[in-house]
Amino acid sequence: MGLKNKDLLGLRNITCEEIMSVLETAKVMKKVLESNNKKTPHLQGKSIVTLFYENSTRTRLSFELAAKFMSANASSISASASSVAKGETLIDTGKTIDAMGTDVVIIRHPMSGAPHLLAQNIKACVINAGDGMNEHPTQALLDMYTMWEKKKDLSKLKVAIIGDILHSRVARSNIWGLAKMGADVSVFAPPTLMPKDIGDVGARVCKKIEDALDCADVVMGLRIQMERQKKGLFPSTKEYASYFGINGSLLKLAKDDCLLMHPGPVNRGLELTTQVIDGENSVINEQVTNGVAVRMALLYLLTRREHV
Amino acid sequence: MKDKIIIKNGFVVDPKSSRQGYFDIVIIDDKICEVIQKDNKYNCISSYDCARVIDATGMTVVPGLIDVHCHLRDPGLEYKEDILSGSMSAAKGGFTSVACMPNTKPVADNKTVIEYIKNKAKRIGLVNVYPIGAISKGLEGLELAEIGELKEAGAVAISDDGNPVSNSSLMKKALLYSSYFDMPVISHCEDLSLVEEGVMNEGRMSTILGLKGIPSAAEEIMVARDIILSEYTGVPVHIAHVSTRLSVELIRKAKQRGVQVTAETCPHYFSITDEACDNFNTNAKVNPPLRTQDDIEAIIEGLSDGTIDIIATDHAPHHIDEKNVEFNMALNGISGFETAVGLCVTNLIKSQRIDMADLICKMSVNPARLLKLPGKGCLDAGYDADVTIIDLNSEYRVDSSKFYSKGKNTPFNNFLLYGEVKYTIVGGKIIVDGGNVICSLTN
Repeated sequence: MGLKNKDLLGLRNITCEEIMSVLETAKVMKKVLESNNKKTPHLQGKSIVTLFYENSTRTRLSFELAAKFMSANASSISASASSVAKGETLIDTGKTIDAMGTDVVIIRHPMSGAPHLLAQNIKACVINAGDGMNEHPTQALLDMYTMWEKKKDLSKLKVAIIGDILHSRVARSNIWGLAKMGADVSVFAPPTLMPKDIGDVGARVCKKIEDALDCADVVMGLRIQMERQKKGLFPSTKEYASYFGINGSLLKLAKDDCLLMHPGPVNRGLELTTQVIDGENSVINEQVTNGVAVRMALLYLLTRREHV
Repeated sequence: MKDKIIIKNGFVVDPKSSRQGYFDIVIIDDKICEVIQKDNKYNCISSYDCARVIDATGMTVVPGLIDVHCHLRDPGLEYKEDILSGSMSAAKGGFTSVACMPNTKPVADNKTVIEYIKNKAKRIGLVNVYPIGAISKGLEGLELAEIGELKEAGAVAISDDGNPVSNSSLMKKALLYSSYFDMPVISHCEDLSLVEEGVMNEGRMSTILGLKGIPSAAEEIMVARDIILSEYTGVPVHIAHVSTRLSVELIRKAKQRGVQVTAETCPHYFSITDEACDNFNTNAKVNPPLRTQDDIEAIIEGLSDGTIDIIATDHAPHHIDEKNVEFNMALNGISGFETAVGLCVTNLIKSQRIDMADLICKMSVNPARLLKLPGKGCLDAGYDADVTIIDLNSEYRVDSSKFYSKGKNTPFNNFLLYGEVKYTIVGGKIIVDGGNVICSLTN
């Protein structure tokens, strides 16, 4: 058990056994998080660098706390503050970080595949913290952890993912991971925000939002970015909210005890109504807690791997 | 004393003279002197003692291949390729003549650049290099380039390749104006408003990789537009690098109703699909993008029924630093000279989709006709002594590190292909001998 590869780049190329081993390790880590003394020695002497080419609050903080709770040295680089602004290539930046004795590089990048390029060119482990529209594997793992903790058997779940599927790396990673675990994944988006042929990769494409929500165990809303409206993918936020947003009455189509999830940050009143965000089905804040546990688990498994 | 070459025992495929069979070919100086039944007596020379004899036993002898679409990057981008390395690469690939696109630095939109290319190519003297001039000044799609002067300087066609002529009115004017100078117009068909920031074919694979897709409609809409403009003006148009099923169908229908449209495709469009982009493989990033298996099927149908007239390489060499980057940042293009024959033989001939005579039409006869190159595309007596000799049964593994081209950017590295070019003869000079480029620069 553990992780087979040096890097965690996505859930497309990972096995069910590896996913379960992350979830089970995260369960132990969550106990540490909930204890009075949030410190373990597992990453003592390890150097962890977050390399973020996009803005992030929760993912970056989540990784940094995870590293620090486990006694690692955590440093962070922001694209604007680094030599990237001077025109250095990603590979050269990566090699520089590598040469300073870094064990794990956590990268977020606006271009799909950037973490893969980095991983091929450096010795350190690479964790993908979101690349373009491709994957956000640690988010999907924390989502799956939340479902697993609450609902136990992932293979019996009906999961509805609603929103901007086209641009969503969270949706892609969840589809790969959940489909692999045997869950029934439905997706719904306005037709301009639905990627071509997504039905071929493990998700059931729904034409109506009601079909996706029907009897769902998990309802996942996705963040809609304002720039999509400017690109003409939908006419206005008002229209988006009224036809494609999730409100209280739509949520009633799902199971009574369904989990309402969102990767954050939420646009209140756009993809979800405030009533839904703060409602009793919402596990949005628990997702954030679980994010730290899952990232502790990943750092532990990846760095332990080196010593095997 | 005159230079003589005798090609013996080869299987000649020469569709223009309708010759197909075992013939010996006698070359004196830069012309083909005689083509006679194998082992018959030569008329034009008394003996072949004084001649270089090439034993082509087991090989196929064809008129020199002509590439109507390549990028030699010279002037200005010599770090990617120059006329010398590009000429060697072309010769190694069996091409005796190549037409290079004008997107150099500066752009070949004026007679000075055209003359520079012609003079440098002549000085190097390996393969015939025919420059293609720009349709619009600076390839900007705003004003026509000086097409008359381009023609006079030696350009054989005009194209804004790399960019579409987005403005339909300018395209109409380009067709009308160029017709006065009898200059073929080669159109790069791409509706940029549909492409947006797309970097690969829109479909299952772009969805999987989370890369912005380019819809096939972006090509097809412009193919339809150019067909309509050609029909309206009565001026021929040549469609570059056709990659989709609907493009093929639009061209087929247009030809049926008599529109003077011709079309080319490239080996990569009938050899691999967008699956090659998996793992963010930038060597499979090309424009138009690699499409689907269904498109491959349509391209091959189009080649076999004559809808697609020409196979061109779109040889587009790049420096490794331009490919070893994020997929979005990588430049489009495949270094294509040295894999073209192998891909055609493997995917069209060995699979029996088209026959050898058809292939030679698409790689020599029709290119000579499109670019109006007198003396090319045929092995009959009196034609230029441009000859390619291919061993169709020799299987080899592609090794991009051994490319003569500076561009090692190919998605076909390590592919096993049939059809190795053994000899390339240009104007009676052996440039490729036994598979190796003999690079003796004249002067």
